Amino acid sequence: MDDATTTATDAVTTVTLGHATDWAGFRAAARTLLQGGRPPQQVQWFTAADAAGDLFAEGSGEAGPAAADDAARAPGASFSPDAPPPASPPRVPREFLQRCERVVLHRDPGRFALMYRLLWRLAHEPGLRHDPLDPDRLRLQHLDRAVKRDMHKMRAFVRFRPVPEPDGGTLHIAWFEPDHWITEANAPFFARRFTQMRWAILTPDASVHWDGQRLHQGPAAQRSDAPPPDAGEALWLTYYRNIFNPARLKLDMMRKEMPTRYWKNLPEATLIGELAQTAQARSTRMVEAPGTVPRRRIAAGPGRAAARPAE
Amino acid sequence: MILDAKLAILADAAKYDASCASSGAAPRNSVGGRGIGSTEGSGICHSYAPDGRCISLLKILLTNFCLYDCLYCVNRVSSNVQRARFTVQEVVNLTLDFYRRNCIEGLFLSSGIIQSPDYTMELVVEVARVLREEHDFRGYIHLKTIPDASPELMQRAGCYADRLSINVELPTPQGLAALAPEKDGAAIRRSMARMAGHIADARQSRREQQGAAQVVSLPGSTRRAAAPHFAPGGQSTQMIVGADAADDRTILATSAQLYGGFRLRRVYYSAFSPIPDASRALPLAAPPMVREHRLYQADWLMRFYGFAHEEIVPARQGGMLSLDMDPKLAWAIAHPERFPVNLNTAPREMLLRVPGLGVGSVDRLLASRRVRRVRHADLSGLRVPLKKVLPFVETVDHRPGRLLDSGHLQAFFATPARPVPLAGAPAAPAPPVQASLFG
Repeated sequence: MDDATTTATDAVTTVTLGHATDWAGFRAAARTLLQGGRPPQQVQWFTAADAAGDLFAEGSGEAGPAAADDAARAPGASFSPDAPPPASPPRVPREFLQRCERVVLHRDPGRFALMYRLLWRLAHEPGLRHDPLDPDRLRLQHLDRAVKRDMHKMRAFVRFRPVPEPDGGTLHIAWFEPDHWITEANAPFFARRFTQMRWAILTPDASVHWDGQRLHQGPAAQRSDAPPPDAGEALWLTYYRNIFNPARLKLDMMRKEMPTRYWKNLPEATLIGELAQTAQARSTRMVEAPGTVPRRRIAAGPGRAAARPAE
Repeated sequence: MILDAKLAILADAAKYDASCASSGAAPRNSVGGRGIGSTEGSGICHSYAPDGRCISLLKILLTNFCLYDCLYCVNRVSSNVQRARFTVQEVVNLTLDFYRRNCIEGLFLSSGIIQSPDYTMELVVEVARVLREEHDFRGYIHLKTIPDASPELMQRAGCYADRLSINVELPTPQGLAALAPEKDGAAIRRSMARMAGHIADARQSRREQQGAAQVVSLPGSTRRAAAPHFAPGGQSTQMIVGADAADDRTILATSAQLYGGFRLRRVYYSAFSPIPDASRALPLAAPPMVREHRLYQADWLMRFYGFAHEEIVPARQGGMLSLDMDPKLAWAIAHPERFPVNLNTAPREMLLRVPGLGVGSVDRLLASRRVRRVRHADLSGLRVPLKKVLPFVETVDHRPGRLLDSGHLQAFFATPARPVPLAGAPAAPAPPVQASLFG
C-alpha cells in the first residue's frame, strides 16, 4: 500500500500518496522528483484520502518506485541504492530524515510540500544544513515537536482497563484520541513496556493489539468499543485525591501539561473540579487551626517497640 | 483497615516530598523478561494534580508511624494524624496494578521510622527486592534511604533502586537541630558521601567493562560478570523552604555545596506547607510558592547557565531573591555594564546570561552564526520572549538604545509576580533534555 501515483504535465507534477502516513511512498517519489530536477514549486502533494474527496482528481498514473530500504537509516545515506545514480547523489543529514519520518505523522496537509522543499534546498544550498534559524527548518522543527509531544502525551495518558478473556487471561484495553496519526508509530513503545501483558489501544484512526508475541494493526474504533471503569480503578482515584496538596492550588500549571482536551479519557480528571473547589477552604482551615496538644502514642527513643499498627 | 483507607492515609503522608523524577535510569525494557516495565531515558509524567505537580511515580509511605518528632512533618510522633501501615505485598500489588493501567512509571517509597532505622530500611528494601526479583519489574524505583541505617542495607537499596535520596530537610545544621532533634546533619552528609562513592564506583566499573569489551578474555574463562548496578539515576535531596529563618543566599550556598560535594542529580525545594494538626512552633501561613519557584530558577542558573551561587543573590538585598522577576533578569538589570550582548560575536557564556534565552536557543544561535548574520527577525523565529530579550541584545538591525539605563529597565520590567512553578522544575529557563518539560 505504499504506492504513490504521479501525474505530470509540463507545469506541475501531482503526487498522490497511498495514505496519510505513506513515508515510503513519499521518499520514493521525492527521490525521483529530485533526481529529475523538478523544483518544489512545480510539485503538488496529495494523499489518497484527499484525492477521494476531490471531484477533479485525475485517474491514477504510473506507479511510483518501490519503497526504499533501510539504507537511508545510515548517516548521510544517499536517497536510494536502486535508483539510477545521479551526477552527485543528494546526501542529507540523518537527523533530517528521522525528523521527516515523524513529521509525516502530523495532520498538517502542507507537510509533504514542506519536506520536499527542504530536501530540494538541502541538495542545492550547501549552507542550509548549518542554519537552524532558516524559516523552513524552523517550521519542520515545530511540526516535529508537535508530533513528539503528542506521542509523549499518548505514552502518558493512555489508561488501560482489564477485561477478562475466555481463556482465563486478561486483555488490557485503552481508548485514546491522539492529535496526529501516531497510533501505529507509538505501539512499539507499549510493546516494550508491557511485553508480558496482552493489550489493545483503540483510537478514532486505527487500533493496535499486542497478543504477547506480536503487534497487530486494526481498524479505526469508537469509544463505545472500550470497557467502562472497573472496581480496581477506584484505588487510583483514591491515590490521586490524596497526593494532591490543597495548599498549593495551581490549575494553570496543571492545564499546561495536561490540556483539557485529554480529560474526557482520564479517569482521574472527574475529581479535578471538586478538589479545586474545596482546596481554598481546606487550606484556610489548616492555617487557622490552632496548634494541637500532642498525644505521644509511641515511646520515645529508638529500640523500643513501636505501637501496634492499625489493621 | 481496608486497602483503600490505608492508601488514602499513606499517600497523604507522602505528598510533602517534592521529588517525582523518573529519569536517569539506564534504558531497559521487558522484552525477553518475565514481567513488565521499561525506562527509556526521560521519565513520563502520567498525570498532574490540581497543585500543578506531576504524578509520575506511586509516591507513598510504607508506614506513617514514626519515632521521630520533626516539627515540620505531618507524621511526627507528636502529631494526632491517623496512622496506617502497608504490608510489603500490598505495596508490591499496588505498584504493579497502577503500572499495568499505565498510571505510573514506578514506585517512590519512603517510610516513617518504626522500631529502628535498620528495621525500617529492611522493609523498604524488601519491597524493592520482591518487585525486582519475584516479579521481574523493570520500571522505575526510587527509595528514600534512612541515614542511620547500616551501610550494608544502603548497598542493597542501591542494587534494586534507580535513584536513592536522603532529605537534608533544612538548609543549615542549626535549623535541623532546632526543628528535627533526632536527625543528625553530619550523619546525613556521611550517608550522602557514601552513596556518592558507590554510585561513582558502579559507573566507573560499567565504563571499564564497556572499554574491555574488545579484549579477548583468558582461555577457559567464563563470561564476564555484569558490572555492579548502583542507583544509576543517582541521588537527590530536598530542602524545606520557609520553615526556618534561612535566607535564599544560604539555601543556594547549601545547594552548591551538595551539588559539588556529593554530585547530586537534583536538589528539590519544598515550600513549607501548612499541615493538618500543625505544631505551634512553626509559621502557619500559605506556603511561599513564589519564593520556591525563584529558588528553582536560581538552581537552574547554577546547573546549566554558568552562574556561581554567590552571584545570584546580591548581598544588598538582605540575602533574598527578588519575588517580582526571575533571577536571571534581576542579575541583568543589576549589571547594565555587561550589556548589550552582541548576538553575532558574544561568546556562549555571555549569551547564556541574556534574559529570555534558553540553552537551546543559545546553541541554535551559535550554530547559525557560521552561515548568517543574526537579525531581529531571527529572534521571532526562535520564539523567544522578545520583550525580555531585546533590551539586552544587539543584532545587525537592532540596538537597545536608552532602555539599558538601569532606572528605565527596572521600571520597564516591573510587573506583578506571576509564579508558575512546576513540581520540581521551573517553567523557565529550560535545561537541555529536560524531561519534565513534557512530562
